[in-house]
Amino acid sequence: MNNMKYNIFSGFLLLLFSVCMNAQTQTGSMLIKNGTVLTVTNGTMENTDVLIVDGKIQDIGQNLRAPRGVEEIDATGMHVMPGIIDAHSHIGLETVNEATNPVTAEVYVGDALNPLDVSIYRALAGGVTASHAMHGSANAIGGQCETIKHRYGTYNPDDIRMDGAPRTVKFALGENPMRVHGEGRGILPATRMGIEQVIRRAFAEAKEYKAAKAQYEEARKNGDNTVMPPMYSRRMEALEGILDGEIIIHCHAYRADEIYMLMQVCKDFGVDYLCFHHANEGFKVAPDLAAFGAAASVFADWWSFKFEVYYSTAYNATILTQNGVLTSINSDSGELIRHLYHEAAKTQRYGGLTDDEALALITINPAKQLGIGDRVGSIEKGKEADITIFKGHPLSIYGIPMKTNVDGVIYFDRENDPNDMRLDVNPEEAMPAFFLDIQDYKHENCMHGTYQTFNTLFRG
Amino acid sequence: MIRNILSLICCLLFTQGLVAQVDKAQKGTYALTQATLVTVTNGIIENGTMVIRDGRITAMGSNVTIPEDATTINCSGHFIYPGFIDGGTTLGLVEIGSISLTQDANELGDFTPHMQALTAVNPNSVAIPVTRVNGVTTVIAQPTGGLFPGTAALINLVGYTPDQMYAGFKGIVMNFPSSGKRGWWDRRSEEDVKKEYDKNLKNLNKLWDQVKMFQTVTGTDNETYRPDIKAMVPVVEGDMALLIEVNKDSDIKAAIQWVQDRGIKKPIFTGVAEGWRVAKELAEAKIPVITGPVLSTPTRPSDRYDRPYANAGLMHKAGVKVAIRTNETENVRNLPFNAGFAAAYGMGVEEALKAITITPAEIFGLDSQIGSLEVGKVANLFVSTGDPFEMKTEIKYLFIAGYQVPIDNRHIQLYEEFLERSPGLKN
Repeated sequence: MNNMKYNIFSGFLLLLFSVCMNAQTQTGSMLIKNGTVLTVTNGTMENTDVLIVDGKIQDIGQNLRAPRGVEEIDATGMHVMPGIIDAHSHIGLETVNEATNPVTAEVYVGDALNPLDVSIYRALAGGVTASHAMHGSANAIGGQCETIKHRYGTYNPDDIRMDGAPRTVKFALGENPMRVHGEGRGILPATRMGIEQVIRRAFAEAKEYKAAKAQYEEARKNGDNTVMPPMYSRRMEALEGILDGEIIIHCHAYRADEIYMLMQVCKDFGVDYLCFHHANEGFKVAPDLAAFGAAASVFADWWSFKFEVYYSTAYNATILTQNGVLTSINSDSGELIRHLYHEAAKTQRYGGLTDDEALALITINPAKQLGIGDRVGSIEKGKEADITIFKGHPLSIYGIPMKTNVDGVIYFDRENDPNDMRLDVNPEEAMPAFFLDIQDYKHENCMHGTYQTFNTLFRG
Repeated sequence: MIRNILSLICCLLFTQGLVAQVDKAQKGTYALTQATLVTVTNGIIENGTMVIRDGRITAMGSNVTIPEDATTINCSGHFIYPGFIDGGTTLGLVEIGSISLTQDANELGDFTPHMQALTAVNPNSVAIPVTRVNGVTTVIAQPTGGLFPGTAALINLVGYTPDQMYAGFKGIVMNFPSSGKRGWWDRRSEEDVKKEYDKNLKNLNKLWDQVKMFQTVTGTDNETYRPDIKAMVPVVEGDMALLIEVNKDSDIKAAIQWVQDRGIKKPIFTGVAEGWRVAKELAEAKIPVITGPVLSTPTRPSDRYDRPYANAGLMHKAGVKVAIRTNETENVRNLPFNAGFAAAYGMGVEEALKAITITPAEIFGLDSQIGSLEVGKVANLFVSTGDPFEMKTEIKYLFIAGYQVPIDNRHIQLYEEFLERSPGLKN
């Protein structure tokens, strides 16, 4: 009898636990004492404390007292900054490209999250607390993306999702979709003209789909049973979400003409916000981007790795910023994501941005681009406690990330860093395999997987 | 008189901006005054003057007479550094990464040591002015791929012909057989990797024996036309350096053994990503190393996240002679930042600075010519507003082989054209 009770009780506990696991990730409390706080949105505050309670920033000021049981962290001589946000990465993903059709809005990288990816830990070691895990750039309209928080250490993919972050979708213009579909498979699009038409057709079909659904609903309301609903399509549902502004377009694009094209298409279909990625020639249409209200997430200095980035400049982020475009600097790489602070600082060499402007490129600006600017991206009361502590200034080459917090929980601590941070250790492997990231594959992680897919599928 | 008037008009036109002015590299006599001279080899000279004449540093110090014909540049508050040297790039050999017809680094075949990087370096590559404005004055341009892809050359980043650019060092490049995976996408089994490694090593040794055999007939009537094998002879005879690309710990050890077994006189190891694992062996073998990129991911998923940053410093501490390279093409300009990360993660600023100046100069046997600020050396140097590893620092003036080179390139021109675009928004 007792045993039975116990079983029921533990069963209940287990159930409760698993429900909690799904609904709630770990949060923490701490008092970060006496640091130089780079709030990003409210300037720099010397000798200032930041109080974190249950994963939220509760107070910022001097001589704050830690509530009982709350750990104090001495940040004397350190810089305290908002956790870095990467608006474009492919870490934490099992797979990146569904390179089989020019339009694949129905697929979702959230179905392929890999919380075991050690790149997440390496990003934390570079002060990065959240990233935009994106679909690749093989298709004009690619798959939906996932905004993740770097809560490394879990085996549950749901734990790294940033609950409540707006849905996003990857678009891609230019060489990549042209190469994969036009050149590779002999189907539209083979040119930038074709890409425009692929997107216009998809949008037009979604509009028809939406209208047909409305017509059906209307008829049903009126008791008319002769009208058929359109055949349910996850692709059309997703495209409808894009047209309704529920799913934000994040578009891989390099050349000025194609950036301009997509803004025209969006105008025609009533989409009034989107974010261009890489946008190496964004600077050439900076006034147009600003007038549209479109954002740009760019590389600090990558260029020349393909023809469409040959006429680019490392001053891109500066020109965009000075023209009033909401700009961020992203990694698109498991390597660059480890030093985005350094990438942001390059705008001081190339164009002389101020510290706050440079820091905004990797904090509040990408947060706004992802629609999470009210929750993270700056050190403000009420925001989520995603915070990085630096020895030295983050924009100095000698600045070193020391501690990285997500939701007030320390996930990286340089002074307490075990060498091996893998979560998926293969017990049969005495020494993990050595490999170098070879030059050829260094750039364009957007095409991750397409070389293989391409060769298997289309070249036999 | 007429001439004077004419030149006055010309002058006026220029200052009015009515004539498009093309900035050219100018050779002459220059006096850089009131600067802090970071000599690298002889400490720091405060409030110093440097005289450049006939392409060389002719005087330097706090008490220097300025020649009458010198163009004086006041460098008050600024610093003078020796030009940075990147010990491994494909700059000038590749223009656009994804377009094979713009790529001249990788010739067909496994054994092509006679392929000359200097032949294919494009002096007008857009990436060259982009690189040098960050203080990188001299780089190794090297062929890639295969076992012996060709002959690398050290070039100065000024000039319009290979002869103008050549900076006095050549070396044969060799890719030591690798027992590692080539990337995350490499799906070969352990056995297949081993098999291929063994095959490559056997092939390498066979080639080497052929070269040794050829050496005995060079210059005799029995010599046949084998430019590939002949290119190797100076390496066998110890007159030419062998740049051996090797990265994995066990491969590094095997390469040390190979070098010792064959009595290679001038070996240089390049890459050396896992040098920290075998630093002691490297130091004992007294083989100099050109490592990099520093900004790269760990070679194994189990490795500490900052190993690539710390690698150069760890090898240096163990007593290895370490230079730093980018292994880049269009972003060789990041060389000072690679050195900066190495400095921050254990190497220290002074050693990291040496690793991109005097150390590579020593490795190439050119330490009497380049790599530091010394009287008599080639005037490869730049003037900066501060520490050139810091991104905030500005490079104000640049001299390569005694030419004052304009701080200008396509990136800067696009900035000037588009910061305030005209037409702007409206037609």
